[in-house]
Amino acid sequence: MRRNIPKMNRRTMYTGLALALIYLLVHGLQAFGLLLSYHVQILSLACINIILVVSLNLINGFTGQFSIGHAGFLAVGAYSSAYLTVTFHTPFFVALLVGAIFAGIVGLIIGLPALRLKGDYLAIATLGFGEIIRVIILNTQAVGGARGFSGIPNYTTFGNSYLLAILTVFVIRNFVNSDHGRACLAIREDEIAAESLGVHSTYFKTLAFSLGAFFAGIAGGLFSHYLQYMAPTSGQIGFMKSIDILIMLVLGGLGNITGSVIAAVVLTIVPELLRGFAEYRMVIYSIILILVMIYRPDGLLGGRSLGYARLKNSIEGVKAHASHK
Amino acid sequence: MLATNNLQVNDLCVNFGGLQAVNKVSFSLKPQSLGALIGPNGAGKTTVFNALTGLCRVSSGQIEFANEHIANQPAHYIARRGIARTFQNIRLFKNLTVLDNLRIAYHQNRQYPLLSAIFLTTKFRQEEKQITAKAEEALSLVNLSERSQSLAGSLPYGEQRRVEIARALMLNPHLLLLDEPAAGMNPQETQTLLQLIRDLRNNLKLSILLIEHDMKLVMNLCEELFVLDYGQLIAAGCPKTVQNDPRVIQAYLGGKTA
Repeated sequence: MRRNIPKMNRRTMYTGLALALIYLLVHGLQAFGLLLSYHVQILSLACINIILVVSLNLINGFTGQFSIGHAGFLAVGAYSSAYLTVTFHTPFFVALLVGAIFAGIVGLIIGLPALRLKGDYLAIATLGFGEIIRVIILNTQAVGGARGFSGIPNYTTFGNSYLLAILTVFVIRNFVNSDHGRACLAIREDEIAAESLGVHSTYFKTLAFSLGAFFAGIAGGLFSHYLQYMAPTSGQIGFMKSIDILIMLVLGGLGNITGSVIAAVVLTIVPELLRGFAEYRMVIYSIILILVMIYRPDGLLGGRSLGYARLKNSIEGVKAHASHK
Repeated sequence: MLATNNLQVNDLCVNFGGLQAVNKVSFSLKPQSLGALIGPNGAGKTTVFNALTGLCRVSSGQIEFANEHIANQPAHYIARRGIARTFQNIRLFKNLTVLDNLRIAYHQNRQYPLLSAIFLTTKFRQEEKQITAKAEEALSLVNLSERSQSLAGSLPYGEQRRVEIARALMLNPHLLLLDEPAAGMNPQETQTLLQLIRDLRNNLKLSILLIEHDMKLVMNLCEELFVLDYGQLIAAGCPKTVQNDPRVIQAYLGGKTA
């Protein structure tokens, strides 16, 4: 059987090459002892955060449905995949997939009623649903209840989280650039106009919401097998975690995938760099956030995305500048 | 088949709480005709449009289009049945490019499945090319080809109105509803618009119903007029008849109560 593989063009080749180089670089630096396993772990966490932020971007940034319950879907993926690997010794990737599908289904169940609401009301409703998920987990003895879920195997590596982050960005980018993605953008811009152009807005809002939840579920599976211990606290699977993801999203710029990736990496690394400041750490972190929002209200990249066209333009700009001198 | 694409409205009523915005309005529009809905402010013209396109609930009465009852169907369903519209207060997707505004409207004709888009299959690429070509074609109909990459919100008012018409055309409609297409246009732009509407009807074989306050445009362009006042249809017919109808004169100019 011949599969219908599109012609590989230069861009995809360069992108693939660059991504492979980053992977080899991380492993190379680790082999030479320049990166400690602590550093590599932070990079894995950054990849998990990329998945979370990019998937939230699909819901908040591209479809314009302001959700602040993203950690709820992370929790569903985290606990269900961990339950599978701990109890049934399921292979990691199967557990991840099941966790993600489960999170997607929960997203669908929550999305159908919640997405009837708009703006602030939707935000409050998703917040409520997120807390419901957390409280259910808190009271489920099979996953440790309030004691937390311990003994989760250490399956998350830089390799697999990096691969899944790439996969997430790839899928969501292609979704956004398709007719389906345009329907979501239309809903964000003007729901009434979108409907009058034949866009079934409920369908696409729910689709974006469940797809976002699905990827948050993947991130959750990676997260629980990264921490090896899940506690049903607000900071890990509740409101505070949702806000963390939201901050990364807004800092990267709503509707900007490149921005989401950069913000997720930066905001994972910055708190670690600030560990030297001990108790002032979060104060400095917050000041950085405030400054970025004042000087870059549209996100770190200021509403632009880093595509090839832009890269080419700036390279040519530099060349022209140099030859002018 | 074209003969079946006519619009038939029977005893249409739209109530907002205790207010009767549209009261027992009946009219019909033959295929490929140019009609206008006129009347003083607050007469219920836009409400009729909203009822026709599924954007507000019909309290009673029937709307039949192409032999199908469409009253109280969802807006996206009605759009798929071939009724496209523009809005009085321009509803373009302001932060998107003109081209993307048009490409969105191809939505109902898109064939490729989601997975095809995610794996960037040949089918997806080819159809996306077609969509772009179709959008560029629609844009050239309204003479705005050079604006395809501008943000829709950055265009001047008159051009935004034309983009909105082009976007509606992307639906391949049988019936096009234009809500005050000439509002905010200067006389020259209005003249171009008049020619454009005529060309659309003749070349694309569609019926057009418009709401308009510019009487010169309406009288020059339209074959059938429907006059609304306080939610009721007070006159209908060709421009001449309507112009001389005493009830129309009274509604527009005031006068003794009959």
